[in-house]
Amino acid sequence: MPQIGSFSLLLALALAVYSFAVGALALYRKDDFLSETARRAGIASFVAVVAAAAALVVAALSNDFSLAYIMHHSNRALPTPYKFAALWSGQEGSLLFWTLLLSSYGFVLRLRHKVDTQLTAHASVVIAGVQVFFLLLINFAAHPFAIVTGNIPADGNGLNPLLQYPEMVIHPPMLYLGYVGVTVPFAFALSALIMKYPGEKWIQITRRWTMVTWLFLTCGIFLGMHWAYSVLGWGGYWGWDPVENASLLPWLTGTAFLHSVMMQEKRGMMKMWNMWLIFTTFFLAIFGTFLTRSGVVSSVHAFAQSGIGVWFVWFLAITAAICVGFFAMNYKHLRTENHLESLVSRESSFLFNNLLLLVSCFAVLWGTLFPVISEAFTGSKVTVGAPFFNRVNVPIAMFLLLLTGIGPLLAWRKTSLDALRRNFLIPAIVTVVAMIAMIAFGVRPWQEDISGLYALIGASLAIFVIATVASEFYRGGRVIAGKQSTNVFAGMVQLTRRNTRRYGGYIVHLGVVIIVIGFCGSAFNQDKEQELPNGSAMTIGSYTLVSRLATQDDNANYASEAAVVDVYKHGRQIDTLYPERRVYHSTDQPATMVANHSTPQEDLYVVYAGASDKGNPILKVHLNPLVMWIWIGVWFIIAGTGIALVPNMQSVRVMAPVRDAIAVPGTHTAGAGD
Amino acid sequence: MTFPSKPWVPYLSPKERVGRENDSSSTTPWFRSRLLQLIVLALALPFLFGASDADARYNSLGHKMMCMCGCSQILLECNHVGCTMSDKMDRELASQIQRGDNDDLILSNFVSSYGATALAAPIRGGFDRVAWIIPFVVFALATGVAVWVVRMWKGRGGPRNGGPGDGSAVLVSAETPALDRFREQARKETEF
Repeated sequence: MPQIGSFSLLLALALAVYSFAVGALALYRKDDFLSETARRAGIASFVAVVAAAAALVVAALSNDFSLAYIMHHSNRALPTPYKFAALWSGQEGSLLFWTLLLSSYGFVLRLRHKVDTQLTAHASVVIAGVQVFFLLLINFAAHPFAIVTGNIPADGNGLNPLLQYPEMVIHPPMLYLGYVGVTVPFAFALSALIMKYPGEKWIQITRRWTMVTWLFLTCGIFLGMHWAYSVLGWGGYWGWDPVENASLLPWLTGTAFLHSVMMQEKRGMMKMWNMWLIFTTFFLAIFGTFLTRSGVVSSVHAFAQSGIGVWFVWFLAITAAICVGFFAMNYKHLRTENHLESLVSRESSFLFNNLLLLVSCFAVLWGTLFPVISEAFTGSKVTVGAPFFNRVNVPIAMFLLLLTGIGPLLAWRKTSLDALRRNFLIPAIVTVVAMIAMIAFGVRPWQEDISGLYALIGASLAIFVIATVASEFYRGGRVIAGKQSTNVFAGMVQLTRRNTRRYGGYIVHLGVVIIVIGFCGSAFNQDKEQELPNGSAMTIGSYTLVSRLATQDDNANYASEAAVVDVYKHGRQIDTLYPERRVYHSTDQPATMVANHSTPQEDLYVVYAGASDKGNPILKVHLNPLVMWIWIGVWFIIAGTGIALVPNMQSVRVMAPVRDAIAVPGTHTAGAGD
Repeated sequence: MTFPSKPWVPYLSPKERVGRENDSSSTTPWFRSRLLQLIVLALALPFLFGASDADARYNSLGHKMMCMCGCSQILLECNHVGCTMSDKMDRELASQIQRGDNDDLILSNFVSSYGATALAAPIRGGFDRVAWIIPFVVFALATGVAVWVVRMWKGRGGPRNGGPGDGSAVLVSAETPALDRFREQARKETEF
């Protein structure tokens, strides 16, 4: 297997170099035959990378500990799905996995070259260039098929216990699909810039790719949050760790792009801005990989420190130089076609949405890098943790939420005061009523710290957005229902099918605000730690936990201690929980298996913290309100993005007599909310 | 403490006083400003009172510090049973609060004992301030640039290429390509 894998990687590198160099030459000479050979070499490089990845997986499944990578990241007792996941568990394997995904994206793009032969040929060369970098890296700096020196060990070191959780089989692939997928819009954008591509077709192609990769990135981030919540056992889901932040950065710029690209499509505006947003998203995806793997910042999630950081620095520098160079040569092609006509318009809401997303992105990047900057300037390293990020980002998030509610109700070009009043009156009333109701039902921001106030504002704004989205659906649905003599719900379905992008987008917004409601719950978290001998009870909130049994187990992979706890609410037993703590034999590392009783109202999150001197279990119990809504919100985002990706239902053209000459008033406004 | 018997009046320059002696509306801005100050004070008081409570201080300070065992977790969120660092730091924090040390002194004690990385955020002053200032400076600059861009766009008026939006009504034949263009533009602009 090592020989097959090594040979496949070298072959893939040769093919990618051919695809890049000959592809570029073909474009320069305008030679279609050469271009076709470069495209086919790109497809062949995908096959070679698949062979290399398959070789590594087979080596893991067959316990081939002659490979250093398998020896370090697997062992005989490891369950089969985790052996498969070993492919992305370590530095070298995950880089191979990255290359595999990049090659897969390249494969799809090259197969679909007839969409636009010239544009795809350019994009194929750009992707081949990125492929060359990653293949150089895994061939010469982080080789996954390195052989163990000396005696081959009988068993491996095993997989990090924190990674032995079902979600870890899907979280990294999702996140990587998002990270790597950013390369495709980047390739199209750079190609359009190089070609001085006429029209906006490239933007339409890019937008679909961006939506797909954005969805993968979103799912990857939230799967990571769920994994952290379920496995790390500290009762939270987001700790502002540098590696978490690294995934958030391209997500923020990608989100900004998905909004601002509409201005380019509809109004021919912000072309330069969009170009740089895609470039920045790609740089941040690569930068995130650099952060995770270079050891520049310390993180519990980071891969082992290695010398590959300098490779990334060079790659980023060269790519940035290429982008700046082509931009300097061709920026005149990106001049805007239209200008803003009113401050109260959808254009300006997108502009400020972009501003807030980018400032938030900068704040996260700044906070992540500040320990390094501080050490460079003062010689003293500092920690920049959750208090900093929350204080800086939460107010920005509140403004963003407000814009999420306001933006869709504004029309393109200009919104009249009448339309404003008409569109905002009901959502504003609903918001005020909801805010008063929350205070009446016990939300007391003045009795809490600042997080209570943020929770109240956040929840109120979330309700404002829900009200605006609901009113949009209702008004549109009612019009269609009136015309087609159907009910309002059927009208809303019809409405969504007629404009999937717009109403899919609203559903995504709905998902985001549901997630925000879930986040707001964290202001009211409670926790309690207690030793719980058999038969004794502890109380938290409206729950009573009674310890029934403490138990131990030992199998080939790990030894475990667990408690069996009956959960009562208002005197009635509602569940039995099994919080567990495992110690894996191969690594001697502990891992927490959290027991969680999750309801829409709150999570009863029980951690087996350990055993006391007397052998009694010590339980740490968290009561986390509204957490389930975070995961529900993600399903809304998935559904909304899915709908937005579906083409619109064909509109039926109705012929009507037209006067010979008509007046087209220049200042007429049309759009949502009008 | 005694309050002056005469109500406080805002300072007005001699020029401002001219013609205002008998003007009852001149007290309105003063009243509004006082009312605003009272509201701000009323909102701030709960936070100020809350901070004096020992439990609240423990909770607040414990969330401003990191556990130094290497877990990268906030001190009060460290979930390692038997973690000698978090238990020890917890006890130190509780005893210093009981002793009556103020927040700054407690934080500075922890920095002396464990180094600057014991703080969960850069709050020591000096270069640490840069961490807080820069994001807001960037936000202000970015807002300034956005406003400037909007003003510039508005100042330039309608579309660069003529057509709808240039402020004048245009007569076009129903069958001309221009109408198709307008129709297409209307479709795009009403689509989202």
